[in-house]
Amino acid sequence: MKKTLILTTALTGIAFAAQAEGEVTVMSWGGAYTKSQVEAYHKPFTAETGISVNSVDSDNPATPIKAQVEAGNVTVDVADVEFSDAVRLCDEGLLEEIDTAALPAAPDGTPAADDFIEGALQDCAVANIVWSTVFAYNKDNNPTAPDSIDDFFNTADFPGKRGLRKSAKATLEMALMADGVPAGEVYDLLETDEGVDRAFAKLDTIKDDIVWWEAGAQPPQLLADGEVSMSTAYNGRIFNAAVAEGQPLEVVWDGQILDFDLFVIPKGAPNKEAALDFIKFSTDTQRLADQASWISYGPARKSSGALVGVFNDGKTEMAPHMPTAAANLENALVNNFEFWVDRDAELNERFNAWLAQ
Amino acid sequence: MTDAPADPHLVTAAQPSSARSAGLTTADGQPLKAALNAAEAKAKWHAFFLVLPLFAFVLLTFVAPIGQLLYRSVHNPGFTTHKDLSTGAQTPIMTELREWFDNNPQGTEPDEAAYAALAKDLVLLRELKAPGSVGTRINYERSGSRSMFTKAARRAERLEAPFKEAMLDLDEDWADPEIWAAMRGASSAYTLNFYLAAVDLTRDTEGSITQVNENRQVYVTLFQRTLFLSLLITFLCFILAYPIAHLLATLPLRYSNLLMIFVLLPFWTSLLVRTTSWMVLLQSQGVVNDALVGTGILADADRIQMMYNQTGTIVAMVHILLPFMVLPLYSVMRPINPSYVRAARSLGATSWTAFRRIYFPQTIPGIGAGALLVFILAVGYYITPALVGGADGQLISNLIAFHMQKSLNWSLAAALASILLFGVLLLYWLYDRLIGIDNLKLG
Repeated sequence: MKKTLILTTALTGIAFAAQAEGEVTVMSWGGAYTKSQVEAYHKPFTAETGISVNSVDSDNPATPIKAQVEAGNVTVDVADVEFSDAVRLCDEGLLEEIDTAALPAAPDGTPAADDFIEGALQDCAVANIVWSTVFAYNKDNNPTAPDSIDDFFNTADFPGKRGLRKSAKATLEMALMADGVPAGEVYDLLETDEGVDRAFAKLDTIKDDIVWWEAGAQPPQLLADGEVSMSTAYNGRIFNAAVAEGQPLEVVWDGQILDFDLFVIPKGAPNKEAALDFIKFSTDTQRLADQASWISYGPARKSSGALVGVFNDGKTEMAPHMPTAAANLENALVNNFEFWVDRDAELNERFNAWLAQ
Repeated sequence: MTDAPADPHLVTAAQPSSARSAGLTTADGQPLKAALNAAEAKAKWHAFFLVLPLFAFVLLTFVAPIGQLLYRSVHNPGFTTHKDLSTGAQTPIMTELREWFDNNPQGTEPDEAAYAALAKDLVLLRELKAPGSVGTRINYERSGSRSMFTKAARRAERLEAPFKEAMLDLDEDWADPEIWAAMRGASSAYTLNFYLAAVDLTRDTEGSITQVNENRQVYVTLFQRTLFLSLLITFLCFILAYPIAHLLATLPLRYSNLLMIFVLLPFWTSLLVRTTSWMVLLQSQGVVNDALVGTGILADADRIQMMYNQTGTIVAMVHILLPFMVLPLYSVMRPINPSYVRAARSLGATSWTAFRRIYFPQTIPGIGAGALLVFILAVGYYITPALVGGADGQLISNLIAFHMQKSLNWSLAAALASILLFGVLLLYWLYDRLIGIDNLKLG
C-alpha cells in the first residue's frame, strides 16, 4: 500500500514536471473556428514537439489580454485577435514584439516577409487567416436569390428581417456600398461627416427590420430558425452551417469586408519561448493550408493557396469558398484598421446613440 | 458603575483604606475599572477574530474593487505617466508640454515653444514605445487623434525647427484647437471629464462645459430608460407576485409547498436557460406566434414582434425577478393572523375595506423589501437585455459592458458604473427617509 502511494506520488510529480516544462495556452474565439485551429495547429504541434497546448475561448481575446497584462497576471501565451486590436494593443505596449524574420520561409524558399499577404506581418503580430464579413441568406425564405449588397437593404423586393452585427464596424461600410459607393472610396467618405450621415441614412431605411447579433454563432442560428431572411455573418460560420450541418444557407460575396486574424503574445506570457515556437509552427505554409480544410477562412500566406484541398467531409472543394478566391473579390473591401483604431470611439458612440433612439 | 460606591457589595469587596482615595480595586490591587475594561477588551478581540474572515472577505472583494472603480473613473494617467509593463518602471511623459500648459493659461494660441515642447515629448514617447497609449487617451476626447500621435512619434526625431511648420506639415490637424484643448484637459491625471462624458457633456475649446453633438447623446437617455424600465418591472413583479404570495400564504401547507416548488424551480434554473427559453417562445417564428398563426388568430404576415425589443426585455426580466418579490411577500403574509381580517369583517367592514385597512398595511414591509430587491437587481441587469433587448431594450449596463469589453475605455465605464452606484444609493436613502429601512422585512 505504502509503496503504491510513493509510486503514484512520484508519477504525479513527474507528470507535473513534464507539464510545467512544455505547455502553451492559446486563446481563441471558440466554436468551429477554435476547432479548426485545434485540428490544424494544436494537435500536430504537440505531436511534433511534445509541448501540450491548452485551448481557451473568449468572445474577443483582446479584452482578457488587456486585463491580464495590466493586472500583471498573464496566463495566456498566444492569443488570436483582430487586426485593429493587434495594432492597438501593440501600440499600448501590451504585446511582445515578434521577430518576423524568424518565421519559416515558404517551401520554394521565398522568405516569410514576401510570402505573407501585405499587412499580415506586424511588429507584434503574425496573421494566420483572412476572414470576411459577408451577408448570407436562407434559400427557403428567399424565393428570388439576392445577389448584391443592394438587395440586403432592399426590403421592398426582398421582404423579411435582416440580421446585422451590433457594431459600427462593417455595418457602416456595407451601408455605403449598398448606397452605391465603390469599395475604394468607402473609407475616404466615412472620414467626412456627410459620409457618416449617408451611412446612417441608409441604415435608417431598414432600421425597423433589423435583428442585432453579437456572437459569431448567432447569425447561422437566426437564419436557420427563419427569424431573419438575410444576415451579415463571418463567412466561415455560414460555411460550417451550410456544408457541415446541411442548412439551406448561401453566402453572397458582393460587398464582403476582408479582415485578418493574427496571433499575438501578451507581454509577460509565462511560456514565451514555447509561444514563439507555436506561432512559427502554426503559420508555416502547410499548417495554414491545413486549417483551411476545417473552416473556410483563407490562409495568410500566398504559398498556402495552392495546397488548400478539400473540406474534411472529403468532397467539398475549399477554394471557391475562400474569401480570397478571385471570383469573390469582384466587389470587396479590405478593412482599414487604421481608420477604425482612430474612429472607433466616435462612430460607436454615434452608433449606440442611433440604436437607442 | 465603578463610580457608584452606593453598591454595598462592591464596597465590602474592595480594599478598605486605599479604595476610598483611588476608587475600587480588585483583590490583587488592580483598579476595578481597568480590570473590567481588560476583560471586555479580551471578549471584543475574540468577537473581532470571529468576524475577521468576513471582514477581510468584504474588504477584498467589495470595498477594494469599488474603491478602485471610483479611483479609475477620476484618474487616467495616460497622458502623464508611462508604465513599462515588463519592468513596472514608471516614467513621467509629456513633461515639456505640460510645463507649457502650466505657464500659459487656457485659450493661449499654441506658439512655436508649444510645438517644440510637443516635438521633444514625442521623441521620448517613441523611445518608450508609448505613442499608442497617449494617442488613445487623447482619442477619448477628440476622435481621430490616435494616429496623429503614432505617425508624428515615428518621425519625431527628424523634426527640425521651426517645429510648428514641421508638425503642420505632418498633419495639419495639429493646428486644431480641439486637440490642444484635449491635451490640456488630459495633462492632469485627475479629471472629471469621464463623468462629463457619462452624462453627454464635454468641454469646448475654451474649457467650458457644453452638450455633446446631438447625434452622439446616448447616456442620459439610457439612464432614464434604465430607471423607467426598472420601476415598471418592479411594479409588474408586485402586481403578479402579490396574489401568488397571498395564495401561498393562505393555502394549507401541503398544497402551498407544492406551489412553492413552482416558484423556486425557475429560481434555481440558470439565468441563461430561462432567457433563451423566452427567445424560443416569443421570437417571431417562435411557439407563441406559431400558435396564434396556426389557430388563425393572426395572419402569417402579421406575426407580433415580441423579442429583440423592449417587450422582450420586460417580459424576460419580470419572469426572472419574480421570485425576489414572491419570497419576501410570502414571508410577511404567512404569520399574519387571519382572525384580524375576520374581526374587521364582523365589525362591518366590506371585504375591500378589510383588505385595505387591515391586511395590506401588514404586508408593507414585505412589499418594501421585495420592491427594493427587484429594483436594485433590475437596475444592474445585463445579460437578459443583451440577449433579448435588441436595439431599444438596452439598459445602461449594456453600455458599461461595451466600454469594458469592446472600446476598452475603462475610465468611462467606471464613471458610468459609479453614477449607477450613486443613483442606487440615493434611491436607497430616499426609501429610508420616506418609508424607513427598519420597516424592511425579508423573512
